[in-house]
Amino acid sequence: MIRIQQEDFDVGKELKGLVRGKHGIGGLCSFVGLVRDMADGERIGAMTLEHYPAMTEKAVEKIEADARARWPLKASLIIHRYGTLEPGDQIVLVITAAAHRQDAFEACHFLIDWLKTQAPFWKREETDSGPQWVAARDSDDRAAERWAQDRTDRDKVRG
Amino acid sequence: MKLLYFAWIRERIGIAEEEISPPVSVRTVTDLLDWLKQRGRGYEQALADLSIVRVAVNQDYAKLDHPVAPDDEVALFPPVTGG
Repeated sequence: MIRIQQEDFDVGKELKGLVRGKHGIGGLCSFVGLVRDMADGERIGAMTLEHYPAMTEKAVEKIEADARARWPLKASLIIHRYGTLEPGDQIVLVITAAAHRQDAFEACHFLIDWLKTQAPFWKREETDSGPQWVAARDSDDRAAERWAQDRTDRDKVRG
Repeated sequence: MKLLYFAWIRERIGIAEEEISPPVSVRTVTDLLDWLKQRGRGYEQALADLSIVRVAVNQDYAKLDHPVAPDDEVALFPPVTGG
């Protein structure tokens, strides 16, 4: 399930809502992304998230479908906000639910890594020296690429 | 063809979207970008470094050799920074 919205979300309520009636779930994993008050030594007053509405839903649905094809999830939820946010505000929520913890952990990690590099959102920070668009990080690309390797290979490397 | 611009690409070009009718010789994303760059200084500045320009055709990511047609929606934007 995905939701692209301006409004805030209640993590506890979403966690409970997702598992209700699904007793095959043995573990839930969640990730919440927040607005920081500092970036590269600059103080952040506010942050505006622009997005491409027609593509956002399609791209995020595809990312979720990819995760569900790779891990045996019992349920999943992605909420991503847009609009103007302040330090401390919640930006994104990813919840994955599976029978066993490893699938929930891995799928959650995969989802947030892929959202960062695939979902059409752009952050603009209001700093003391004026507004600036956040540049994409190579480290985010590398984090997402890690998942492109075959899962079996990855498990072997990990030993 | 409907063109959409986002983030600093939108700011440099100065508009969020427009309807355009490129010549028939514009068949791929590369052709389209080359044609757009000649439309003015804003376009030239926005599209100067194609390594930081991403393209979506009909809301799906597209590579430079992807074909474009008159009724397509083509979006140009910087690498994404959500999450």
